[in-house]
Amino acid sequence: MTQLALVIDLNVCVGCHACVTSCKEWNTSGWAGPMVDQNPYDGSPTGTFFNRVQTFEVGVYPKTETVHFPKSCLHCEEPPCVPVCPTGASYKRPDNGVVLVDYDKCIGCKYCSWACPYGARELDEQQQVMKKCTLCIDRITDAKLSDRDRRPACVLACPTSARLFGDVHDPDSEVSIAIRERGGYQLMPEWGTKPANHYLPRRKTVMHIDQDELTRVDNPLRKEDLTTYTGEETLDDVAW
Amino acid sequence: MHPAFSVIFLTTLIGAGQGLFLAMVTGQLYAIARFLPVQADRFYAVGSLVALILLLAGLASSFFHLGRPERAWRAAAKWRTSWLSREVIVLPIVMALVFAYGIAHWMAWTQPLFRVGESLQVDATLLLGLLGTLASFALFVCTAMIYAGVKFLQEWHTPLTVVNFTFLGAASGFMLAAAYSAYIGNPLVTFFGTWAVILTLVGLISRLAHLSRNAHLKHKSSVQTAIGVRHTAVVQKAQGATGGSFNTREFFHGRSESTAGTVRLVFLVLVFPVPILLIGAAYVTASPTLPILAFVAQYVGLMAERWSFFAEARHPQNLYYQSVA
Ligand code: SF4
Ligand code: SF4
Repeated sequence: MTQLALVIDLNVCVGCHACVTSCKEWNTSGWAGPMVDQNPYDGSPTGTFFNRVQTFEVGVYPKTETVHFPKSCLHCEEPPCVPVCPTGASYKRPDNGVVLVDYDKCIGCKYCSWACPYGARELDEQQQVMKKCTLCIDRITDAKLSDRDRRPACVLACPTSARLFGDVHDPDSEVSIAIRERGGYQLMPEWGTKPANHYLPRRKTVMHIDQDELTRVDNPLRKEDLTTYTGEETLDDVAW
Repeated sequence: MHPAFSVIFLTTLIGAGQGLFLAMVTGQLYAIARFLPVQADRFYAVGSLVALILLLAGLASSFFHLGRPERAWRAAAKWRTSWLSREVIVLPIVMALVFAYGIAHWMAWTQPLFRVGESLQVDATLLLGLLGTLASFALFVCTAMIYAGVKFLQEWHTPLTVVNFTFLGAASGFMLAAAYSAYIGNPLVTFFGTWAVILTLVGLISRLAHLSRNAHLKHKSSVQTAIGVRHTAVVQKAQGATGGSFNTREFFHGRSESTAGTVRLVFLVLVFPVPILLIGAAYVTASPTLPILAFVAQYVGLMAERWSFFAEARHPQNLYYQSVA
């Protein structure tokens, strides 16, 4: 069985929101659109988004770290949002594991949003139906697109390649290898929702340098140096 | 959670409607057992009509909760998995049975259909009354399980939610039956009033148990599990929206903690001691207006109770929506 998903690398995400804007651009004009905004140019702009980049600060100043955290529907393998839907508008595609909403059936009762612990679903104020990330289902299932383009808009847009896309059930896929080898984890594992999307943790790159790698203690030229120095540059300053 | 008025009206109105219907059937059963004088069929018919009106009003208000009310019929589809779907099916069944029960009394279809044992004559009204009772209890369970069934809302995810909905709904219905009897000068006011007080007291015990359970609740999720970073100090700086979003509107009550505290106090006073005292006073003074006042006070209190029920529930998604920047 296939389970398509995103793997998001928090170690490289710089919080540029390119995925947010390209998601909105692709999806508002495509199958899942429109994603309507209210007061877009006014004091309190609000609207429907499938993907949001949030920012958290970890630690206490001055030992703080900023974590940019892109969040969208995690396409849970045990999606609690699906069985509660009274109309069957919310469903999980059996062929690729993507969780979708049928906008023609949804009655806008919002019950599914109560049953998602991640806040991944948003009711569209104008259409009055529930919306959420589709993993760009209209791109990834479009056989007319090249392999390069048959990926979600956010993945194509990310300038740092913080977003990987693939089948997390295939052990040899790029995403499975990333999860396995780079400590991929799921959000709120305590609820047993088994999110398909994973996150790669932030990592510190530490390099150890010894003092004698900076100053050569056994410089052979020094032994042959007969100069008496009176404050000018020594051999140690110019060669080692 | 955001307390939506459509849902507050829905749950309190149908609760009172189901309770009033249960009161009518209880009255009939006591009369059959000769514990109470037999009432004219008109008494039950009008009582059922009032119950039906409350159920219809609740149904009407539920439509305001939907983004696409014109598609509401679709909600009956997933009764195998969704409590909301089950409620959508059981509510019309209850309404049909309440209607049929009222009509059976109105048309005096009281010729016995068959006998059980020596003395119990079973007629159409009794059969419909018992079926309606079953359906009413099923509806209490379905309505409450919509809330109690969502495991993420830990404040709601307890059998106490079902117990509260059932007893508070039944209490307000019996209170209304007492008010109705007082209004038409029927002596059954004492009978219904006594049951209303008993149900209110049971409701008080279970609601207090619910409140104290929630006061000691430990939430499963934290901001650490939400973003998967192990550190004691994690603060949200931006939530990806400037002017809020669906997530900030649907999952927060949007009032101060002191307002929420006041509403809790208001319902604790209006739902429990006030109607009990008023019924007690009506018993002593034989006043025809006090039971009506008792019902109104309790109903207003129940709206506050439902508001408070929503406001006290903290959804784990709120961990992702703590600051606007
Ligand atoms: S993240 Fe939320 S909306 Fe998406 S599948 Fe999981 S529970 Fe459902
Ligand atoms: S809002 Fe739509 S998708 Fe969500 S539970 Fe209701 S009908 Fe289903």
